Amino acid sequence: MEQNMMDTIARISGVNLRRCMRCGKCTASCPAFDEMEYHPHQFVSMVENGRIDELLASQGIYTCLSCFACVERCPRNVEPAKLIEAVRLAVIRKQGENHLHAEQIPAMLDDELPQQAIVSAFRKYKR
Amino acid sequence: MKFQYFPGCTLKTKGVRLDACARTAALALGFTLEELPEWQCCGAVYPMARDEIATRLSSVRALMAAREVGEPLVTLCSACHHVIKRVNGDMKHDADIRAKVNNYLKLDPPYAGETEVLHYLEVLRDKIGWENVKAAVKNPLTGVKIGAYYGCLLLRPSREMCFDDPENPSILEDFIRAIGAEPVYYGLRNECCGGYTTIENRQYAHKQAQRIADNAKTAGAECLITACPLCLYNLTQNTDGGLPVRYFTELLAQALGVEEA
Amino acid sequence: MQKIGVFVCHCGTNIAATVDVETVAKTLGKEPGVVFTTDYPYMCSQTGQQMIQDKIQELGLTGVVICSCSPRMHEQTFRKACHKAGLNDYMVEIANIREQCSWIHKDKQEATEKAVILGRAAIAKVQLNAPLTAGTSPVTKRALVIGGGIAGIQTALDIAEAGFEVDIVEKQPTIGGKMTQIDKTFPTLDCAACILTPKMVDCAQNEKIHIYAYSEVEQVGGFVGNFHVKIRRKARFVNEDVCTGCGACTEKCPQKKVPNAFNLGLDTRRAIYIPFAQAVPKVATIDPDYCNMLKNGKCGVCAKVCTAGAIDYKQKDTTIEREYGAIVAATGFNPIDLSQFDEFAYSKSPDVVSSLEFERLMNAAGPTGGTLLRPSDGTHPKTIVFVQCVGSRCEDAQKGKSYCSKICCMYTAKHAMLCREKYPDTDVYVFYIDVRTPGKNFDEFYRRAVEEYGVHYIKGMVGKVVPENGKLKVQASDLLDNRQLHIDADMVVLAAAIEPDKSARSVATMLTASMDTNDFFTEAHPKLRPVESPTAGVFLSGTCQGPKDIPETVAQASAAAAKVIGLLCKDSLTCNPCVAEPNELMCNGCSNCEKVCPYGAITYIDKEFRGPNRTTLIRRVAQVNPAVCQGCGACTVACMSGAMDLKGFSNKQIMAEVDAICR
Repeated sequence: MEQNMMDTIARISGVNLRRCMRCGKCTASCPAFDEMEYHPHQFVSMVENGRIDELLASQGIYTCLSCFACVERCPRNVEPAKLIEAVRLAVIRKQGENHLHAEQIPAMLDDELPQQAIVSAFRKYKR
Repeated sequence: MKFQYFPGCTLKTKGVRLDACARTAALALGFTLEELPEWQCCGAVYPMARDEIATRLSSVRALMAAREVGEPLVTLCSACHHVIKRVNGDMKHDADIRAKVNNYLKLDPPYAGETEVLHYLEVLRDKIGWENVKAAVKNPLTGVKIGAYYGCLLLRPSREMCFDDPENPSILEDFIRAIGAEPVYYGLRNECCGGYTTIENRQYAHKQAQRIADNAKTAGAECLITACPLCLYNLTQNTDGGLPVRYFTELLAQALGVEEA
Repeated sequence: MQKIGVFVCHCGTNIAATVDVETVAKTLGKEPGVVFTTDYPYMCSQTGQQMIQDKIQELGLTGVVICSCSPRMHEQTFRKACHKAGLNDYMVEIANIREQCSWIHKDKQEATEKAVILGRAAIAKVQLNAPLTAGTSPVTKRALVIGGGIAGIQTALDIAEAGFEVDIVEKQPTIGGKMTQIDKTFPTLDCAACILTPKMVDCAQNEKIHIYAYSEVEQVGGFVGNFHVKIRRKARFVNEDVCTGCGACTEKCPQKKVPNAFNLGLDTRRAIYIPFAQAVPKVATIDPDYCNMLKNGKCGVCAKVCTAGAIDYKQKDTTIEREYGAIVAATGFNPIDLSQFDEFAYSKSPDVVSSLEFERLMNAAGPTGGTLLRPSDGTHPKTIVFVQCVGSRCEDAQKGKSYCSKICCMYTAKHAMLCREKYPDTDVYVFYIDVRTPGKNFDEFYRRAVEEYGVHYIKGMVGKVVPENGKLKVQASDLLDNRQLHIDADMVVLAAAIEPDKSARSVATMLTASMDTNDFFTEAHPKLRPVESPTAGVFLSGTCQGPKDIPETVAQASAAAAKVIGLLCKDSLTCNPCVAEPNELMCNGCSNCEKVCPYGAITYIDKEFRGPNRTTLIRRVAQVNPAVCQGCGACTVACMSGAMDLKGFSNKQIMAEVDAICR
């Protein structure tokens, strides 16, 4: 099961985990560090070590900003952001696991909020 | 000079000024933006998953439409540019995605990333030239100290975006100089403003945006410019201190003297 | 018909595990001309060699085929063995059934079939082999060292010590190289200048050494023992023989705003300058990019103040030509361009510096006189962050280097230690991915930085540096504590990856020496011939071959010198008899071969030939100088009429091999 999940995440993300040399530049670059219980470099090692369940249950997968700072600065081209997205997809692709529901939206709106924010929230949080 | 143009959803609603000023400024600079007929929302987020096709289709349709006319496709919103540029890269370089998309859309001839995707700023830099922009300025913004806010989506990942140096960009500073104002360097100009999280976690978005605004203010910026409606929202609605944030096209139209159009 | 013996080697299990050696020997026995075959566990052993010799004498073999490892490994061994038994060296052929067969195949049947085919090809070639005799060529007893850093200096001193003439060509106005810019050396902390400058002076005073500073190698011709080199001596606009190095001109020159390259642009110098006090040769040089007299004819101050009359505004570049027996490449390194890593704000803040710049800021002869001050405001930095591996171990070839630069861990430990020693009130952080300190007393040195000097070593990396209000806001990771750190630093020091000097590529091209993808010179053998280039007569010294610290550089420099001395000791060299030879009757005089020859070995002459009915014809035909020809074979493929052939690798022999493979 775990091996299966690891393979799925590796396939969806296209990330080669073995490239990582544990330098931590991803985590050093991450602007969402304080909001995530697991940090970019941990996604790499935890997926590699099969600790998928902990990642699936973490809230940090919804606070990754997809700002690509980790992707840009990784000296080994590991692309941790793709891994985080793959973990998130592994959750929300399951029936009934949407992180955001349409009913919640009206309460979140204000007059100035651009459409882009809602569209992107749906893309990131919902199937 | 004529380009195909993809405005995107926000530019039709909350970001009208970004769009309207861009069009009038284009005319003043001697190029036309021809809006794609029946364009569809790009989705605002680039689908990183390699096994997703559906989320890439609207971008491919826009890219196809531009190929039919044989003109580059110009974007303006940072998010649209990011999504369409990267999907185009996928169609060019990822054989698996290319095959699946072509099969699904039954594209004939198959699409393989032929369309050139340009951000409006790239049009100014590479097709018009800063010297020509400068020459067309009627009301230079002399003495105004402007901080360029790049954010993340235009620059990163630089291997795919090929927009500018991802850590030391200069395109917006060159733009600021071209309209007669003074660019102010501040270190967080390419840091993410946290805009995505504003819906769920406004506090966090506030913290991020405030750091950036404070850094720019400390460096002496009197206002910020951006190409992204969500960045503009976040940097104005989720900060204290009232540092004005404008779309770069607004200042362009103002400098060219076509503001009211 | 030749009488051929075939000897199949097991190479222990290296070959025998994948190739059925017995079958190979048996099958090859059926080939025409083969009178004997056998297999043996170690053909290269004394017993194996003896077996070959015995069979040559016993059966009167005229040709030998050995199915074994690559000829690069043991061709010489087997040639010598056969030679002793009275067989000509060039009647021996090697079929490489190890590197090109057993090591790359898994399936035994397939590998065995291939080994048979390779053996067959070698047999077909031996059928057409003819005995060849090598000639000799004389050796010019003088060496050229390209690059005058510590590597070039050490090599030159050692060659001169053995009594041979040696020239150093250095592109800068002085010899000394990077080591002149370094403050202290690890792990002993002795002053770099104090140990380097005496060696520079030794070079200048040694009668056997001639220094061509401010000069570049422009063209290299010839071959081992007989290189012909053109050296361009750039115009200094100062007569080197007359200038006394008094320095009066460098004080009076009104052009004061020239970035001082010696201090990496951290301060300025005049348009006429002596790079530093201990420069060798100690003569002034005018920088033509900044001198007003040279640019617009207005000034002439230096000429007025020079009591020796050494200034010559009309001086031109000159070219000299010299003959050498051996050439040593010692072209050195440079730190990479850090503008590719602006997440560290290198191009945005003067207080973010490279480690080499930091050396200058700590050095008594540097821009701050040895007091560590921030370039931005001249204040003492209280918090200093060192970042290691900037551009090293980086997969993106556009930005950095895939290799470890090797020296950064140690010099960063040195910097951190010196900071804490000189300024105990500073906080010093070092961000590392791995601390790599193999070397005598190296790890002890690093541990001292941590344990005695209290340097904060943090396993992690810096992600971003943001200049704000005179501070450098450093955002970094601490992987052991799983924390993100935010440090308000006063200075950030980047341990930039090192790369070969940009001139190395053009030097390598001139020398026809090979380079790797990183532009480091390639060794003839990575383990067993580390200071020789695969090009005969070209040797490697210092960082042009790969990242090294000073002791390693000096050791390699002396090793290269030993190799040069070994070559220059000989009065003549045995030539390679496998040289090109034109069939004059077929040559149509087209000059194609002359054009492609990289060694200039081919010339054309008008020669008389007997025509029909007692007439004579004069025809233009190619001639090969066998002493210059290196046997590369370029001419044989360029020759349209098929007149050019390579002895030992004739077109016929190669076609016979191909036929045997395709049979």
